Amino acid sequence: MLELKGVSAAYGSVPAISHVSININAGEAVGLLGANGAGKSTTLRAISGLVALASGSISFDGVDVGSLPPHKIPELGIAHVPEGRQVFPEMTVQENLEIGAFVPRAKAERARTMELVYDIFPRLAERKRQLAGTMSGGEQQMLAVGRGLMLKPRLLMLDEPSLGLAPVMTDVTFEKIAEIHKMGTAILLVEQNVSRALSLVDRAYVLESGRVIMHGDSEDLANNRQVQAAYLGI
Amino acid sequence: MLETVAQAVINGLLIGGIYALVSIGVTLIFGVVKIVNFAQGEFVMIGMYISYFLATYFGVDPIVSLLVSMPVLFVIGVLVQHFLIRRVLGPNDMPQIFLTFALSLLLLNLALLLFTANYRTVHTSYSDEAFHFGGFYVPEAKLIAFAVAMGLSGALWAFLHTTDLGKAMRAASQNRDVATLMGINPNRVFCVAFGAALALAGAAGSLLMPFYSAYPFVGQVFVLMAFVAVVLGTLGNVLGALVASLMMGVAESLGIQFVGADSGLIVVFAMLLLTLAFRPQGLGGGRMR
Repeated sequence: MLELKGVSAAYGSVPAISHVSININAGEAVGLLGANGAGKSTTLRAISGLVALASGSISFDGVDVGSLPPHKIPELGIAHVPEGRQVFPEMTVQENLEIGAFVPRAKAERARTMELVYDIFPRLAERKRQLAGTMSGGEQQMLAVGRGLMLKPRLLMLDEPSLGLAPVMTDVTFEKIAEIHKMGTAILLVEQNVSRALSLVDRAYVLESGRVIMHGDSEDLANNRQVQAAYLGI
Repeated sequence: MLETVAQAVINGLLIGGIYALVSIGVTLIFGVVKIVNFAQGEFVMIGMYISYFLATYFGVDPIVSLLVSMPVLFVIGVLVQHFLIRRVLGPNDMPQIFLTFALSLLLLNLALLLFTANYRTVHTSYSDEAFHFGGFYVPEAKLIAFAVAMGLSGALWAFLHTTDLGKAMRAASQNRDVATLMGINPNRVFCVAFGAALALAGAAGSLLMPFYSAYPFVGQVFVLMAFVAVVLGTLGNVLGALVASLMMGVAESLGIQFVGADSGLIVVFAMLLLTLAFRPQGLGGGRMR
């Protein structure tokens, strides 16, 4: 469904990722793992068009994503929940969700999708009228994921959803992501918390210094000595 | 004494409505596009000349000619954003400052060339009329201007809070990148914001015409007040700009009444200095309420 071929991107003259090739099949959950600064977020930003490609290509169901202006990419069904939540702080919970369904493909079903999001995250339903910026970090993370779901995505990209959350909130967040995946949405999960991520995804790619250094099934990676030593502290 | 104060407050609120249209435009552009439009006053001037010529040559009432000045200024705003501002948006804000400043000077000098420095007035049937409420004097033209200004401000607020495009505009003002992730086209939103802001400036011009003279430098009176109101009301906050504009109208009017005819601005700028010293974030809350 999504295929990156030899994608390189840079911030100014600083290369961030080079020759990254990954693919994700429909309905699959895939992890993008690695240390801070390995290029995980940049890979997501390249897919969303927020950083320009220096070389390589990105296609989604045969559409050349790299040639589209960034605001056309969500219309394909790619939702990107950015690092650090980044909800719209001066808008209410409900307005944040409404904006999540801004593109035509999602707008038509906005009311129905919102019910679904409120079912998955009952806390958001309780806080509909609250300004998003006044909520706790965990609640904002729920809202950011819920806002992503409003797009009715075929691929949901999550950037460090556990970042800055208390362990109990991290548990809840991962449960919800698993629930969303079971409903048939493909997931691309960026995580520093490698053991948590491997328990959720089917496959994963490991990035180091902007390059894919390893990829395989979650189970194999979890048993891999190098991964254990570098990321799992075993 | 009390009646004199009350009358000054009434006068201030009435002109504050016009200041509000200008400052809401400035704050909308700042909040969404993140630039300071130094040329906003010149668009008020253009609105005034549109109404002046429509009244003089076609007998159109200035208030009615708002139906022309607003759409014309909206289109000018979209064009300015799309062909000029868009090219200078970036991490460095110096080019933006110089661009809008240059635009201001260009429009000013074009107006001098085309319309000369003469003061132009339009006399309407209601220009000299006034209502008397319990001893207070309320000029009809100013009351109409105030009412329409409040109506337009309310309409903008409703647009920002009830329509998808309005919400997209607020979203883009709060986080441009994430708004793009929602499928919002930033340039389109910027064009609409610039257009709407200039339409409000045009409306201010038309509403002023029955009781104020048009001349090439007229915009500078209003843009000065607008900048103060925008800072007082917290940059980017529409409701804050509205409230601050009304407060400034009142402050100016009280200054004229009690300090001296030419010193209304002293009170206004004293307010600005005190605010910057003690509450630099402005009197409003966050952005784009």
